[in-house]
Amino acid sequence: MTDFIKTSASRSLENAVQDHFIPAEAPWSGIVRKGQTIRIEDSHGQQAIDTLFYRADDFGERYSNQDTMRAQGGAYIGAGTKIVSNEGNVMLVMTADSCGRHDTSAGACSCESNAVRFGHGTKYLHACRDNFVLEVTRHGMSKRDIVPNINFFMNVPIKPNGEMTIVDGISAPGDYVELVAEMDVLCVISNCPQVNNPCNGFDPTPIRVLIWDGED
Amino acid sequence: MMHVRRSPEEISANRQRYEEHQKKGLEFAPKALPAPSPLPAPAIDAAAIIHQETIPGGWYWSTALKRGEALRIDQGDGGSTVALVAWNAADTSERLNLVDTVKVQWTTALGKGRVIFSDMGRVMFSLIEDSSGAHDCLMGGSTAASNAAKHPGAKTRNTRDNLVLVAGKLGLTRRDIPAILNLFAPVRVDDEGGFHWRGKLSNSGDYAELRAEMDMIVGLSNCPHPLDPDPVYAPKPVIVTRFRAAPAVDDLARTATAEAVRGFENNAAMLA
Repeated sequence: MTDFIKTSASRSLENAVQDHFIPAEAPWSGIVRKGQTIRIEDSHGQQAIDTLFYRADDFGERYSNQDTMRAQGGAYIGAGTKIVSNEGNVMLVMTADSCGRHDTSAGACSCESNAVRFGHGTKYLHACRDNFVLEVTRHGMSKRDIVPNINFFMNVPIKPNGEMTIVDGISAPGDYVELVAEMDVLCVISNCPQVNNPCNGFDPTPIRVLIWDGED
Repeated sequence: MMHVRRSPEEISANRQRYEEHQKKGLEFAPKALPAPSPLPAPAIDAAAIIHQETIPGGWYWSTALKRGEALRIDQGDGGSTVALVAWNAADTSERLNLVDTVKVQWTTALGKGRVIFSDMGRVMFSLIEDSSGAHDCLMGGSTAASNAAKHPGAKTRNTRDNLVLVAGKLGLTRRDIPAILNLFAPVRVDDEGGFHWRGKLSNSGDYAELRAEMDMIVGLSNCPHPLDPDPVYAPKPVIVTRFRAAPAVDDLARTATAEAVRGFENNAAMLA
């Protein structure tokens, strides 16, 4: 959906319970407890942030891009989107979105898909899937647990005839999304290192992740 | 260093490179692709047929499929949707990957001449025949909850549970179920990304033939698509035929796009 609700920050940086700086091209993972809010901030703008969620006490339940798209009847992620698991449960709800365009159809870059898409010469470049594999193995998972992800701030318009291409992101420095967790989730992020397409303006930049406790 | 910014020259060179790929991808492949396969479906040479199965409405099926064999999936009389998943028989951690499939081919529209990729940059299937081009990569299948909402009180089967059954009987788990391809599901998006059912794109008797490009295990579920407007839960049987289908030397699916050519080069390296 292109509609989005522009909100102002309702929380102070001081009262965040976690504040993470994630360097350009790096992975990150952490637990977001039920009721907590996670803010993912595109600090420099035009940075794709590849993100997966797993139920914290059962990694077999995880983010499902198809269930999420089906549940909301459309292809794009935005304010109000329910992040739905492969079991049909709502994992998180996006409560704020200052950007208005996020993708969940195009997946993460990988050495393998880069080589097919851009030529075998691009195989040996750092890619999101490698970030994901490294990060999920820290939690006892493997490649088979890596499913189609959300690409926050990535702009992938799909035309009625099916045409689909990654174009320049529209996020500005400081743009952010916020999601409130409906269950305890493991959040796994790859701060996309892709330099073969414009998902991050060919210039990966750092991001920031903040977590706040719920309001009692 | 936490952050090494690219130089303007690097950014410019990478952008130029992308735009060249994008232009080729968006312009070349659609022109090279053939028209949909003719209806009615021609008979398959009886000597090539290995197995034929009718999947009742609401049910699931799985089969081994060796490289050089194909599956014809024929929706018969009705507007059935068939959900498809697949794993590399030699290593089930390699599986159907739709996000890569649509991304590297620059389109969510699959039809005759397109290929379907695994997560390892290899081609799993070539779509060698396809009468409709009305398939859905985005929305996934029905679930117990989506059926209950659409058909309150009705006894139904759903694709999610069917695929858990397929995986479970193969010694796999729900962790192994990839995003699914819905065959015969005329879903299109509008300019805002909203999903719509374009029923006229799909006809009775539509069929698709998928040739295996590696040895695989294939799972199918025959349940109504979540967007199917039929208010009554009444999925029809579909007929699947496994048959020998060696690729032609000048096979279109292998040559139509630069992306497919590279995918098949990856297959060749695996098979060498």
